[in-house]
Amino acid sequence: MRRIIIALAAAMAVTSAQAADNEVKIGVMVGFTGPIESLAPDIAAGAELAIKEVNDSKALLGGASVTPVRGDTTCVDAAAASAAAERLITADRVNAIVGGDCSGVTTAMLQNVAMPNGVVMISPSATSPALSTLEDNGLFFRTAPSDARQGQVIAEVLKERGVGTIAITYTNNDYGKGLADSVATNFKAMGGDVTIEAAHEDGKGDYAAEVAALAAAGGDVLVVAGYLDQGGKGIIQGALDTGAFETFLLPDGMIGDSLVEAIGADLNGSFGTVPGTDSTGAATFSDMAGAAGFKAGPFTGEAYDAAALIMLAMQAAGSADSGKLKDHVMAVANAPGEKIHPGELGKALEIIAGGGDVDYVGASAVELIGQGESAGNYREIAIDGGKITTVRYR
Amino acid sequence: MLPDLVNAAVLLGNYVIVPGLAYAAQLALGALGITLVFGILRFANLAHGDLMAFGTMATILATWLLQAWGVGLGPLPTALLALPFGIVAAIAAALAADRLVFRFYRRRRSAPIVLVMASLGVMFLLNGLVRFIIGPGDRQFTDGERFIVKAREFKRATGLAEGLSIKTTQCLTVVVAAVAVFLLFRFLQRTRTGKSMRAYSDNEDLALLSGINPERVVLIAWAIAAALAAIAGALYGLDKSFKPFTYFQLLLPMFAAAILGGIGQPVGAIVGAVIVAFSEVTVTYAWKKFLHYLLPGPWQPDGLAQLLSTDYKFAVSFMILVLVLLLRPSGIFRGRVL
Repeated sequence: MRRIIIALAAAMAVTSAQAADNEVKIGVMVGFTGPIESLAPDIAAGAELAIKEVNDSKALLGGASVTPVRGDTTCVDAAAASAAAERLITADRVNAIVGGDCSGVTTAMLQNVAMPNGVVMISPSATSPALSTLEDNGLFFRTAPSDARQGQVIAEVLKERGVGTIAITYTNNDYGKGLADSVATNFKAMGGDVTIEAAHEDGKGDYAAEVAALAAAGGDVLVVAGYLDQGGKGIIQGALDTGAFETFLLPDGMIGDSLVEAIGADLNGSFGTVPGTDSTGAATFSDMAGAAGFKAGPFTGEAYDAAALIMLAMQAAGSADSGKLKDHVMAVANAPGEKIHPGELGKALEIIAGGGDVDYVGASAVELIGQGESAGNYREIAIDGGKITTVRYR
Repeated sequence: MLPDLVNAAVLLGNYVIVPGLAYAAQLALGALGITLVFGILRFANLAHGDLMAFGTMATILATWLLQAWGVGLGPLPTALLALPFGIVAAIAAALAADRLVFRFYRRRRSAPIVLVMASLGVMFLLNGLVRFIIGPGDRQFTDGERFIVKAREFKRATGLAEGLSIKTTQCLTVVVAAVAVFLLFRFLQRTRTGKSMRAYSDNEDLALLSGINPERVVLIAWAIAAALAAIAGALYGLDKSFKPFTYFQLLLPMFAAAILGGIGQPVGAIVGAVIVAFSEVTVTYAWKKFLHYLLPGPWQPDGLAQLLSTDYKFAVSFMILVLVLLLRPSGIFRGRVL
């Protein structure tokens, strides 16, 4: 019996050693269940599209193949997200992670699992300002901009549309609170008036009481810093039902077709902001996504870019090891070097292998600043005739 | 001054009275079921919230089937047509639970706390079953006309600054609840079976001596409680949305209502429900705008004039529960003491 166990252990050691040689694994961690579950499949598909492109080029680290491993962050449950990250890192032995999605769980995954194990995480969608200053041992990056920037953009959009007073409601977590504070500070600095800044809990059956409080405070526009499949939707429905508000400002967590379908025509005239760019990269990526059978929605381009940056950094480091690749992420993302658009990952890998420099632009016009977060390009949208339409990019 | 008064009244109606009434009707039906089970079977049935969820789930499934067949009620929600199916399913679930679990402990004459614990087990079972069949997510199953009075149209028609909206489901809730309560009271007061149930509830030994069949009384009590649970659950789901977890949370306000009114007293359950519902709504309502309409300029509050943040909504029913148990354990209508 004992001999069998030893033999088994030896066999496993051999296979895992082999796996480390020519097989790279990248974790793809987003909230497949939970308040942004309608967005998650396309975000994961974005990351996996970049992985497939690299595999097809056979140019990474002398022909290594990359396998994506999916994990569920649930978006809200820090314990579940940490457990899933633990499983990916210790059992599946992923080299780096694309994710998490929501800010709270991303912070938990980073501090509880990724930092102790020294694994790089590049989040496509965690936007809390708190993540900018978090101690991360140089392991955390994001292709999404901080909400400190989104708050500024939202305040500008409101001012340009001549809105004088706003009421703010936010989902009671890191993302909601960070964004709400940022909007309030910027809007007040521009001379606007914030009548109320109130939290709401996700997952309730009835938001009548929350809406009543918001209605009592009043305001021209209600800013809903929540989630489209959750409390955010409930608040908007309740506000429309009672006639409390007619126009809503929808930040990135609220933008998605499912909201427009659920609320219907009453949402026409509302507007919002979502990370996005009109660069040629975004259009190319949208076509590529269509060909691969998914939709280039919120954060899908950022997910593609996150996965691409991980693999380019691996190539630059000459190793799939997180400890080595973390020092090369900023270099491949920023100038100098040849500009790399979506669909050109094979070319980029060859340039790096040949000793050249690349400046990854990708689907979301990546430019990493500070500790390693996107400088931020936003798409201003308006709901018009039951559709999300682009007003302009800023 | 007069327009201000009217505006204040409309405001109150829109945010407090209309939603409060609908909520009270939903709670009352649930609390009636709890109080009936307590009166006849003498234990607090913790599975009642999930029995509601089970009945609602069956109603939703039947609604989908009817919608797929293209059967509808025009302006009224299709779920109304599917409700009998939900009621039958809830009764079946309640009777199955009784046959498989509660009867065993009843025959052994177990202490009430043992039955309460058994009901906790039944609660978890139903809880899991509902999530297994329909999933843990949010379900909207209303169709037909959403509003009787729309806020925007009300403003336009009356020229007032405040709008009033009344949803079809809110109106439906109150009407259906009133009919159900009327039928229940007629049944308990006038029919032979109803009288035998009251006799059994008042004094079990005397009732047995006068030849009342206890198993039959228990069976009918379960059937009525389950039917009320299915109706309450379907109405709550129509008015708000169906999510298994929120039905579990309803247990607290329903028990608060039943105990406040005096457990075992059907009238008490209704009065208790109205008090609990309106306490929740008024304590967490921000009175700022209302006061602005009524008070002269210098007295108008700058703050929201909100007693408790809306996050503490459930704390209100909890406080009522604690206060009643401390100060008047028998409740308003002198029910039993838990």
